[in-house]
Amino acid sequence: MSNPAAEVLLEVSDLKVHFPIKRGIVIDRTIGHVFAVDGVDLAIRRGETYGLVGESGCGKSTLGRAILRLSEPTAGKVVFDGTDVAALKGEELRKARRRMQMIFQDPLSSLDPRQSVESILLEGMRAHGLDKDEEATQRRLRQLLSAVGLPETSLRKYPHEFSGGQRQRIGIARALSVEPDLIVADEPVSALDVSVQAQVVNLLEDLQDRLGLTYLVIAHDLAVVRHISDRIGVMYLGALVEETDADTLYENPMHPYTRALLSAIPVPDPVVEDTREQILLAGDLPSPANPPTGCRFHTRCPWRQASLCDTDRPQLREIGRGHRVACHYAEDIRDGRIQPHEVEPELIELTGALNPDLGPPDVGTVSEIL
Amino acid sequence: MNTLLNKKKEPIDKLAAAAVGKSLGREALSRMLRSPVAITGGVITGLFVLLAIFAPLIAPKDPFARTLQGEVNLGRGIIPGAQPGFPLGVDDFGRDELSRLLVGAQNTLLVGVLATVIGVAIGIVIGGLAGAFGGWVDTVLMRLVDVMLSVPSLLLAISVAALFAKPSQWTVIIAVSMVGVPIFARLLRGSMLVQRNSDHVLAATSLGVKRGAIVFRHMLPNSLGPVIVQATLTLATAILEAAALSFLGLGDPDPNRAEWGIMLSKGAKQFLDVRPELAYYPAIAIIVVALGFTLLGESLREALDPKNRR
Amino acid sequence: MALLEVRDLTVNFVRRGERPFTAVDGVSFDVEPGQTVGLVGESGCGKSVTSLAIMRLLAKRGNKVSGSVRFEGTDLLRLSDKDMRDRRGRDLGMVFQDPLSSLNPVIPIGLQITEVLERHRGMSRKAASIEAVDLLDKVGIPDPSRRLTEYPHQLSGGMRQRALIAIALACRPRLLIADEPTTALDVTIQAQILALLRELVQDTGTALIMITHDLGVVAGLCDEVNVLYGGKIVERAQRHQLFAEPRHPYTHGLLASIPRLDAGRGEKLIPIRGSVADNIPWDGGCAFAPRCPNALPVCREVSPRLVPDNGGLLRCHNPVRPAVAAGGGTR
Repeated sequence: MSNPAAEVLLEVSDLKVHFPIKRGIVIDRTIGHVFAVDGVDLAIRRGETYGLVGESGCGKSTLGRAILRLSEPTAGKVVFDGTDVAALKGEELRKARRRMQMIFQDPLSSLDPRQSVESILLEGMRAHGLDKDEEATQRRLRQLLSAVGLPETSLRKYPHEFSGGQRQRIGIARALSVEPDLIVADEPVSALDVSVQAQVVNLLEDLQDRLGLTYLVIAHDLAVVRHISDRIGVMYLGALVEETDADTLYENPMHPYTRALLSAIPVPDPVVEDTREQILLAGDLPSPANPPTGCRFHTRCPWRQASLCDTDRPQLREIGRGHRVACHYAEDIRDGRIQPHEVEPELIELTGALNPDLGPPDVGTVSEIL
Repeated sequence: MNTLLNKKKEPIDKLAAAAVGKSLGREALSRMLRSPVAITGGVITGLFVLLAIFAPLIAPKDPFARTLQGEVNLGRGIIPGAQPGFPLGVDDFGRDELSRLLVGAQNTLLVGVLATVIGVAIGIVIGGLAGAFGGWVDTVLMRLVDVMLSVPSLLLAISVAALFAKPSQWTVIIAVSMVGVPIFARLLRGSMLVQRNSDHVLAATSLGVKRGAIVFRHMLPNSLGPVIVQATLTLATAILEAAALSFLGLGDPDPNRAEWGIMLSKGAKQFLDVRPELAYYPAIAIIVVALGFTLLGESLREALDPKNRR
Repeated sequence: MALLEVRDLTVNFVRRGERPFTAVDGVSFDVEPGQTVGLVGESGCGKSVTSLAIMRLLAKRGNKVSGSVRFEGTDLLRLSDKDMRDRRGRDLGMVFQDPLSSLNPVIPIGLQITEVLERHRGMSRKAASIEAVDLLDKVGIPDPSRRLTEYPHQLSGGMRQRALIAIALACRPRLLIADEPTTALDVTIQAQILALLRELVQDTGTALIMITHDLGVVAGLCDEVNVLYGGKIVERAQRHQLFAEPRHPYTHGLLASIPRLDAGRGEKLIPIRGSVADNIPWDGGCAFAPRCPNALPVCREVSPRLVPDNGGLLRCHNPVRPAVAAGGGTR
């Protein structure tokens, strides 16, 4: 799956996405920002699967969209196969889009309800002039459907006539229709029934093997991400807090948040559930519009220390091969020199809080609310 | 790898069984055909349209022929009522009321339809531009719409009508259409805003589909639903508003015109004590037609509601 | 006598112009005092409808409920509306999935709790407020006295869910029904809420019916588990038994298809074919047959009965053999 010698396909440097919060009666004034993505560096090699996990408000969805320029980056570079996509404009951007596609979370809303499956699949091809030869195009459509496991008769049907899992397959076929190099899958299975999730996960893996695709999988379900990814990045409140390969993340998590996250995931095995150690985080997730000072996680961290944690923001630094952690005391925690302690839960006032994963806040004027 | 077909190539999947898909429009239509509300509305509306189209052919008498004028004596308060040959009596000029009502249907329908269509046309251009471009275009256009909306509909219609030096049927049509413009503009713009943020538009953008294609193939078709529903409902109120304007004397002053609003106006203003039926008949006709369109519009809205989809 | 005895509960939805749909089909189970029972299944299996039927919270029209639901001997389905209202809150509490829509957005949290206390325990407003602060504290909401005057939208999802639990437990009901209480919450918050539920249930001795689609949640919380499919119970077993030796192909299939954190990464997931929509009606055989890897011809003709099996119950003509289960499913 992952070849360390393969070239880097996507490199993100210090990417920031800040959404302005506007208020006003007639004219909107910017009174603050939602720091959805606040300085992220990562690199994905060709052919590998990079998993991005985190809870709501961590900015992972926004990051995925910013990489594809579906959301405008406020600062930073997104270098895809040598070109800085963040700086492209107009027709250049449109053409560049072909090589990076997205699979969306909600299979129903991501398909145009008024178009037949055939029309949906043809759209991308038409936009890039790939549909000139009619016979070849028809063949390609059939190929796409068979690749995702749908019958040929699906072409003339409409999205609402399919089940959730089937719609997700149509979405995957659509992404494949323009022959992309990179696919960003934003919560590809979380809206599906449990018994169907495995079908889609297997499908994605098969397609990667056959077509040599590179994946960025964004999800909150760490078990799914761990299964499918080569490397995993953990996000919290707009920044990466830990990044390493999937096995190491599970066996040797270093960041306190990662440890808490792992211990929180329910495992379908009563023996494990009864015996494992639980690290319970206190309080709520802070608002991305008003992040804590210093280390974003310090308000809930069971290993927080008196100095540095609330004043200095830790940088992502390499500890061990290919293992990056953003914590001042990572080595001390790993070696057991610091013990976890009780944390007083801090309640977050929700007036004005916004979830960046839902896109730019549309706080409109009075008349727009009507 | 194909997990949906078992070894016997027998799809366990009910999907493959059906050959051709059913678009949302067809599904909505079949739902409407099963709804008694829709059928009632459809029947009334259909009847009305048929009557309007074939009125000159089925009207028993010439609506302009003042046949019984001789028997009318306004000074002594006599207007002949229902009698053989004149099932609904005659009006103040001795003309057959039934025939006038039938021909009136034609004019009323014309007024209602034109007023609505013009309102929709202008409205969706404004709303479409606002929704497609966003930004300051959106802000400016919507403030304009806000201004129009802040005036009560009848007052707005009257103000527009007052701008015409010589009132005519077109005065009423234009004035009533102006009432609809801000409603449709805001409706379409709202729908387009929702569409703009939807995943399938994002998907089309990420595929590299051109902006124009996205607006016309993705956003507009999905936004027109509420507009169509509103148009049917507006037809009903347009007829009522046109009648009100005529009642107030802002419409066509020609007393010979057979149009329900004018007939209602005259009947209510002048003959209420002599022969009140001259006011009742057009009033009932207006109410029934308005009801028909409203029922149709409501059932259309229910049929198009995505929540009703299984 | 068990605390709750559900016998042959059946719920049919009848809508004009559509075929009648049986959401719950002859479901029977018991809940002992202090016990935690799980109802597990995917969307459309009838688990939520079951809980709503027990609490008599289904709409007045459009459905037919039959069977019996005996709570401490009294059949809840035969009670008058007024008597049922007395029972709800006092004897039976419910926690729903979406705390935002389950709480009244225009009434402060404190009032929503004191309302229950005043009605069922006859407390005065003052005494109820003091009790409410105590309850909010017990469910882990910091600075509870300040929270009393706040509105639901001012609290985060996790806090709202805690408030809902506080309301449900205010009158110390003997049975608590939790319908997907953590599905809408983030994983770390979910862990907090589940830990809270576990603790409260232990402290107060309340029986709990936990409804969820997440087998991981069930593994950590429930004593006994019922697996539902197509409106019927297809397997019932004690917690350890179900996960160690799942007998029904559906249960087995679910467990094999879920990626596990502690499993080796190379192993492929084994999905269940088709989707929930691919089923045949129960009276014509086994609803799961079209998707079942163990299906025999008899499965499409004769409806399997729920029979005792290895200490639990099983509805299957051709269950998974223990040898197969040990090899393929569990790790």
